[in-house]
Amino acid sequence: MKKQIIVGLGSCGIAAGAGKVYARAQSLIEAGNTDVLLKQTSCIGMCYKEPLVEVVDDRGHYLYGSVDVKKLEEIFEKHIRNGEVIDEYVVESDVIQGHESHYFAGQVKIALRNCGYMDPESIEEAEQRQAYEAIRKIATEHVSSEEVIQTVLDSGLRGRGGGGFPTGLKWRFAHNSQSDEKYIICNADEGDPGAFMDRSLLEGDPHAILEGMIIGAYAMNATSGVIYCRAEYPLAIKRLNIALQQAREKGYLGKNILGIEGFDLDIIVKEGAGAFVCGEETALIASVEGERGMPRKRPPFPAERGLWNKPTNINNVETFANIPYILLHGADAYNKYGTEKSKGTKVFALTGKVKHGGLVEVPMGVSIREIIFDLGGGIQENKKFKAVQLGGPSGGCIPESLIDTKVDYDSVNATGAIMGSGGMVVMDETTCMVDMARFFLNFTQEESCGKCTFCRIGTKRMLEILTRITQGKGKEGDIELLQELSQQIKDGSLCGLGQTAPNPVLTTIKYFRDEYEAHINDKRCPAINCKALLTYEVIAENCTGCTVCAVKCPSSCIDGSRKEIHFINQELCIKCGECFAGCNFEAIRVY
Amino acid sequence: MRISRKKISLQAVETPDVNISLINPIIQKYQGKKGNLIPVLQGVQSLYGYVPREAFIRLNEEMGLKLNEMYGVATFYAQFRLSPVGKHIIKVCHGTACHVQNATKITEALVTELGVKDGHTTEDGLFTLESVACLGCCSLAPVMMVDNETFGSLTGKKAARVIKELRRKETQP
Repeated sequence: MKKQIIVGLGSCGIAAGAGKVYARAQSLIEAGNTDVLLKQTSCIGMCYKEPLVEVVDDRGHYLYGSVDVKKLEEIFEKHIRNGEVIDEYVVESDVIQGHESHYFAGQVKIALRNCGYMDPESIEEAEQRQAYEAIRKIATEHVSSEEVIQTVLDSGLRGRGGGGFPTGLKWRFAHNSQSDEKYIICNADEGDPGAFMDRSLLEGDPHAILEGMIIGAYAMNATSGVIYCRAEYPLAIKRLNIALQQAREKGYLGKNILGIEGFDLDIIVKEGAGAFVCGEETALIASVEGERGMPRKRPPFPAERGLWNKPTNINNVETFANIPYILLHGADAYNKYGTEKSKGTKVFALTGKVKHGGLVEVPMGVSIREIIFDLGGGIQENKKFKAVQLGGPSGGCIPESLIDTKVDYDSVNATGAIMGSGGMVVMDETTCMVDMARFFLNFTQEESCGKCTFCRIGTKRMLEILTRITQGKGKEGDIELLQELSQQIKDGSLCGLGQTAPNPVLTTIKYFRDEYEAHINDKRCPAINCKALLTYEVIAENCTGCTVCAVKCPSSCIDGSRKEIHFINQELCIKCGECFAGCNFEAIRVY
Repeated sequence: MRISRKKISLQAVETPDVNISLINPIIQKYQGKKGNLIPVLQGVQSLYGYVPREAFIRLNEEMGLKLNEMYGVATFYAQFRLSPVGKHIIKVCHGTACHVQNATKITEALVTELGVKDGHTTEDGLFTLESVACLGCCSLAPVMMVDNETFGSLTGKKAARVIKELRRKETQP
């Protein structure tokens, strides 16, 4: 068997230098009559070990991690030419014990089943991995649209974009709407900063999304499909368009698809132009129509009147990616995972101060602790875990005391956070929770479309209060004012953006009230993060009078001559931290 | 990646040296199609790096798109720019993961290095400094993107060095 060398070319791999590795592999093959097949794949989810290069030989596969050009040359020299496996670089393998095998062992890959295992630009490879078999099964076994919907209902699949609404029910509403034209839309406007599973799916397995949409269209008699994808995901858009063209050529799109009489469908990609609010269904529809993406009142729901006033069904990328699996293997194969009310698996983007950041897919109901400590390997530099942020700007921070919370829709909601699209940002003791709340409010305030007064002005006022607190100008009563405003914004907003914008503030007040109080009453930031509240001081007994700090200080506020104890003039100090970073004798203290 | 909303100017600027006939193929492609406004503006921006005032006027005359509607859409979405940008665009990621890993320091260092505020272009027209909310390579945080190249695991110094290097290349004869 011819050896294969497969380079992971997802966006994050490319960012880590996979493009250069691929180019080098190409030139090595051209130069040195090496009998090896060079292929590409997408993100396998192990972002912390990018760039990843897989070698397949007649024994099995070996996944090498953190491969730069130099390591690649070594892999060529030893493994490709001489068949010598370089154990120390292997992160995962079916032959030997890889260093990071546990990262995969704890996962159940359903949505991500093909990501990183095939060339996303080859429909043949996708077909070998069962792409389009579910829709083929529907066609050959004459499964009715009603049966398809029932299977999806039985699977217990709920909307993976964050809402958590049962997908089968949504499909039934769209199915029951009478119209000669219906639309099915894939929401690929992934907006949460810190979530990138949709991008990985689009880049890694575009055919799964297309098949999910085709099955959905069959179930509800939709006549056209739209994928609303962010313009900021150029690679995803490119691969989607390639996949669409291939699907058209193979007859998975077009007229009388797979011989199903009267089942006509085409799908197009629409590029979004950057507005977080367009993740909301009615705003998304307005944007596809070429208008400002502002939400409107519901009802009428999109299932009755959506795009161009026709019945429309919108699902998220990850939701669609699960559909072919469910239809091919049956509802039971899916709902055997998960908890009573949250079935199946969920993909999380694990980032922040965690050792092993990346994409993980786990059954619903595992605990946050298992995800962060077992899969994620714990906290960077072995610092103390403080909180995890779930659900992005609409979500909340879950503190250490609740780390055994199970990840399912209801348990997460009970903490005040939301599942959201699955962004999981880990924070350690150096993260200031007031600053985190300010960060998210800043985001939602900028992204508020301005339609509802409370969202437009209320978030602005909340941001001002939070900024004031982090600058040491907090006043008594600020916490209560924030809580009151939060409630009013929740009540007075039309769409999810406003209704959930106060969540990061409310959860941080709920679990980290002492930090707010320290900022407001003691003018102190316990995490030593908020610049205006810091004090830098020389520790007299450690100071050797080397003058490094005085030289580094940009505001010339450190006095002291050589071999004498230095002194920081607090009134002139701009709190840049240069002295702290520059001191070689640990003679500067910050508090 | 989401471009942060730090708009310097909401005024479409007059730049008379723009070769406006370049947009003719876009007009032909989208003429008469419904829901075409956003793709048209995206097409124009990909030609010039921003949407010039002249383009709005031309689109209004040729396609019948209303000026106020175009302006409304162009200012609503973070992607559209109404004034020219520098030769190199620096996008500093301020997503949650990068924020936690102190992306503010990166922007501060670049502000010092370039001598312009966030969202502005240097006087020599070489660099535009922007903030974006998530480039999607969270495990490499903090991250910045210069044109199409991504730099990860940054410190302020590292970021400044990248710019210094680029400026050296540009100013060398």
